[in-house]
Amino acid sequence: MHFDVAYFVELLFSTKFLSAVWSVVWITIISMMIGVIIGTIGGIVLTSPLPWLHPFVRGYVAVYRGIPVLVQIVFWYNGLAAITGGAINLPAIAAGILALGVNEGAYMTEIVRSGITAVDRGQREASQALDMSYWAMMRKIVLPQAIRVAIPPTGNEVINVLKNTTLLFLIAVPEIFGTAVNIYSQNFKYFEVLCVVAIWYILIAGCYALIQAAIEKKFNRGRKTLFA
Amino acid sequence: MMSQLPAIQFDKVSKWYGSHQVLRSICLDIKKNEKIVICGPSGSGKSTLIRCVNWLERHEAGDISVNGVGLNRNTVNLVRRDIGMVFQSFNLFPHLTIEENCTVAPVSAGIPRGEARERADRYLKRVHIEGHARKFPSELSGGQQQRAAIARALCMEPKIMLFDEPTSALDPEMVQEVLDTMIGLAEVGMTMICVTHEIGFARRVADRAVFIDGGEIVEEGAPGDLFEAPRTRRLKDFLRHISKS
Repeated sequence: MHFDVAYFVELLFSTKFLSAVWSVVWITIISMMIGVIIGTIGGIVLTSPLPWLHPFVRGYVAVYRGIPVLVQIVFWYNGLAAITGGAINLPAIAAGILALGVNEGAYMTEIVRSGITAVDRGQREASQALDMSYWAMMRKIVLPQAIRVAIPPTGNEVINVLKNTTLLFLIAVPEIFGTAVNIYSQNFKYFEVLCVVAIWYILIAGCYALIQAAIEKKFNRGRKTLFA
Repeated sequence: MMSQLPAIQFDKVSKWYGSHQVLRSICLDIKKNEKIVICGPSGSGKSTLIRCVNWLERHEAGDISVNGVGLNRNTVNLVRRDIGMVFQSFNLFPHLTIEENCTVAPVSAGIPRGEARERADRYLKRVHIEGHARKFPSELSGGQQQRAAIARALCMEPKIMLFDEPTSALDPEMVQEVLDTMIGLAEVGMTMICVTHEIGFARRVADRAVFIDGGEIVEEGAPGDLFEAPRTRRLKDFLRHISKS
């Protein structure tokens, strides 16, 4: 076996990836925030008594789920500049974040919608019988329960965005995979470097899993687990 | 003159689910402070009828008025303020404590939080579960949950209470505690419409009983007359079914 264990261990505990890891983390956070905001609005619109808005949201979801993320990234970076004749020329990081965020909004719309429709109809009826306004009902009764249902699939989406940041390598955004390519294009130790990359990603995802567990606990207020 | 205004008035009310007519030109007046029990076989339209009163179902023909106000898209909120509803499946908010269940709607309606809490306290005492105010619905028994649901409805201080089979989902030993709570409400002068199979409760509390079958009112009258001396075959069959189960 040609695996340079000494090099692998040295690289694992070096600081070479730290700034890239930090970039990946905050790019993921901001993209997810954009995605969650768009998705919440989209999900609420799709479950609201405003049927004339539904086709717009459904169109958005169909388009952005249908186009590969890599293509969307290139559109935001190169395509937007090309169409507007250079008037809008986004820096790579901004293009990357917008691409990931707007793409994520399409998936989050469906997740939020499924969360809202999962809330028992009786909850709405009780709120209506108590003469709560639509917004009071959504804010205090429906959305808190919808969020609880939406948390695990949203966690999957966070991990997806995290891994999709590797695609930003193609528009030269400084992130983990790009850093790895720089290293192994010089020392040719492809496998050792990529193992370190894999471990960093697992670590970041693992930290997120802990955060998600805490969020789930908060939203399980008042519930008994299935096997109490 | 004002006191003679019916609390609820159904004037030739009809409703269809697709091609199936579930309410057939119903005419019914309910006076202020009257207690009405509505009974009938399943599918008869009894639940649909009371759910039309607070617009949870929309009537498609005829008129419904509540305390003189015609019920339509514009008056829904006004009408709902005066009506409280208790559901067969309780519909308590599981992520809120019992006290929060009681205060969430008054606070949304603009009642100051302190006063909302006082109301919650008062009505939870009235239904005898004040000790459970900080607990979640999942920690209470069925009977306690339904009593909490009654308290929650009362916290909006409605003039009319609708009960849609309030004890049908309860274990038999918990039915009486809820019925006792409802009897207590009846005694302080609330206008009540109750869809129920509990004939004993109807006899005790109701001023009038209404038997619905196939979307129309088949018989109505004082509970004693209706249940002891049914005139139509449909009511006789229904009573026989109930006494068997």
